[in-house]
Amino acid sequence: MSDPIIKPTHEARKGDVVTPAKGKGWFYTDMVKEHFFSPKNFLEDEASYKQAYLGMVGSPACGDAMKVWLKIETIDGVERIKDFKWKTFGCASAIASTSMLSVMITEEGGMPVEDALKLRPQDIMERLGGLPARKVHCSVLGDKALRSAINDYFRKSGQHDRVEVEHGRLVDKVLKITDHDIEEAVLEGADTLEKLQEKIKVGTGDPSCIPDVEQLLRFYKEKHFGA
Amino acid sequence: MKSLSLSYLDHAAATPVDARVLEAMLPYFSSVYGNPSSFHSVGIEAKRAVQEARKRIASLLNAQEENIIFTSGGTESDSLAVLGIPRTKVHLDALRAKLGEETIPHVITSSVEHHAVLEPLLFLKKRGEIELTVLDVDRQGMVAPQDVVKALKENTLLVSIMMANNEIGTIEPIADTGRAILSWRKERETPYPFFHTDACQAAGYLDLDVEKTHVDLLTLNASKMYGPKGIGLLYIRKGIRLAPLIIGGGQERNLRSGTENVPGIIGLAKAFELAQASREEESSRLTVLRDALAEELLTIPKSVLNGHTTKRLPNNVNVSFLDIEGEAAILYLDAEGIMASTGSACASSSLDPSHVILATGLSYEAAHGSIRFTLGRSTTKEDVQHVLQVMPGVVERLRHMSPVNLDMKYFEKQ
Repeated sequence: MSDPIIKPTHEARKGDVVTPAKGKGWFYTDMVKEHFFSPKNFLEDEASYKQAYLGMVGSPACGDAMKVWLKIETIDGVERIKDFKWKTFGCASAIASTSMLSVMITEEGGMPVEDALKLRPQDIMERLGGLPARKVHCSVLGDKALRSAINDYFRKSGQHDRVEVEHGRLVDKVLKITDHDIEEAVLEGADTLEKLQEKIKVGTGDPSCIPDVEQLLRFYKEKHFGA
Repeated sequence: MKSLSLSYLDHAAATPVDARVLEAMLPYFSSVYGNPSSFHSVGIEAKRAVQEARKRIASLLNAQEENIIFTSGGTESDSLAVLGIPRTKVHLDALRAKLGEETIPHVITSSVEHHAVLEPLLFLKKRGEIELTVLDVDRQGMVAPQDVVKALKENTLLVSIMMANNEIGTIEPIADTGRAILSWRKERETPYPFFHTDACQAAGYLDLDVEKTHVDLLTLNASKMYGPKGIGLLYIRKGIRLAPLIIGGGQERNLRSGTENVPGIIGLAKAFELAQASREEESSRLTVLRDALAEELLTIPKSVLNGHTTKRLPNNVNVSFLDIEGEAAILYLDAEGIMASTGSACASSSLDPSHVILATGLSYEAAHGSIRFTLGRSTTKEDVQHVLQVMPGVVERLRHMSPVNLDMKYFEKQ
């Protein structure tokens, strides 16, 4: 029972990119490498996916951007994701995470929508054999893009009551910063209050929330990095 | 011994140790292993070797032997300079005697400096020990001497501007800035501010004569000029006092305690000699390769050159490609045997894109897609051809996978 977010595998943590002549010691696991060099299911013919359910997350300014196209069919009363295509702007772990997610969703006749909604970033990480700690946020993006596309399906199929809006608990009332924003910043490397404030300015307008912020910071650091 | 399929184009990060440098160093590991502070013969022999190396280095810098302090490398030399000067009591006392007891020293630097200069200065600023001005640069990464002059104040104690940029290769007008500071000091009859430059990237390509460049402190390390890692120096102009970082047995005129890294010092001297001897020839050879590489890379759609077109290190090509992310490109290049680097956030431990490329006014989007190739002694026309064969395909492949299709205007800060 290893949780790759809390405990990224030893292989994933050690090493660096070395010369291809040596053929090993890669910064990433072999599975990440496989999905990075031979990405599965990325969108090639946009025209045939005009009707697909679309999900989007990130922006090129942040360094990661993803688009996901889904085809969903109801078979024997079960809504299954039959097709998952994607496009990703980002580093090797972002590309590999989306590629792996596409495989996980479409294998075994297509994942039921209900199960897909329960998918966690940790599940993608596990299948990849772990990611280096500072790359963990890349797997979170894939998961978010997927949920954004499922929401598109709910909207287009008239199931508005099932649309899940990502709303977090408001922590900083002045800057409207939620616990989700803090989690995101921690995943992007903010491991101190100072760095957190540099990124999202939390607590600069309303210092009364700082004790709460510090607690969340500890919580998310432990959740994602085990420290 | 070079494999045809491997192109190492990351010489700004590290250079291989030259065989002649290694050969010069070897006796000082197991044969002349003495401590230069010892009085017996093997100690004295080591001491002589260090003295000799110091003399040769000093002459290449047009300095005196006693002005050279050996350190563990570029970062330590930078720290010694930018932390040491503002923390020296005589300088603080002098400023306070003139400007009042509450005075804290003012330091000027630029937004494109290496972290080894910026971070210690930000550290001092945060602790309230200095007042800091970080100068903007132009689109080519140039720090204008007149901007330095405009920023000078009565309490300015130190100016630190690098000689040549490690990321984008821009060569700063150090001699002009040095001259401007000199005349400012003369007019006001003050010894301040001192002028520090980090010359780590410049050693193989530029003249480091401290009398021509008018610098008071200069950082140099061996590992960027085909010498070993873990050895560097700080040149300190005669009479300038500064507080040490490492205190102990009093080596290096009390400015850097610790037993001398004898093989390292010998290696540094040899590497510096070789680098300066081949400086002009190597510069012209690499300029041709650099320009050929840059010109061809820029024929790839939606690309832009980072840094200055001509006032640029002969070994540096830095190009941004829109719609792709640098780390992914670096890994695809690596798989084809090409070793380069990127200013993308994904490749940095901070997850922030290159502060240098952002400082030149490029957008985050463009900084994420920057690729740096730094050529060196082993680089040939074949390496350039190798990159030109591979790079267009890598860019095309990543763009094919990318959901982003930005307009050229995204090169500029949004």
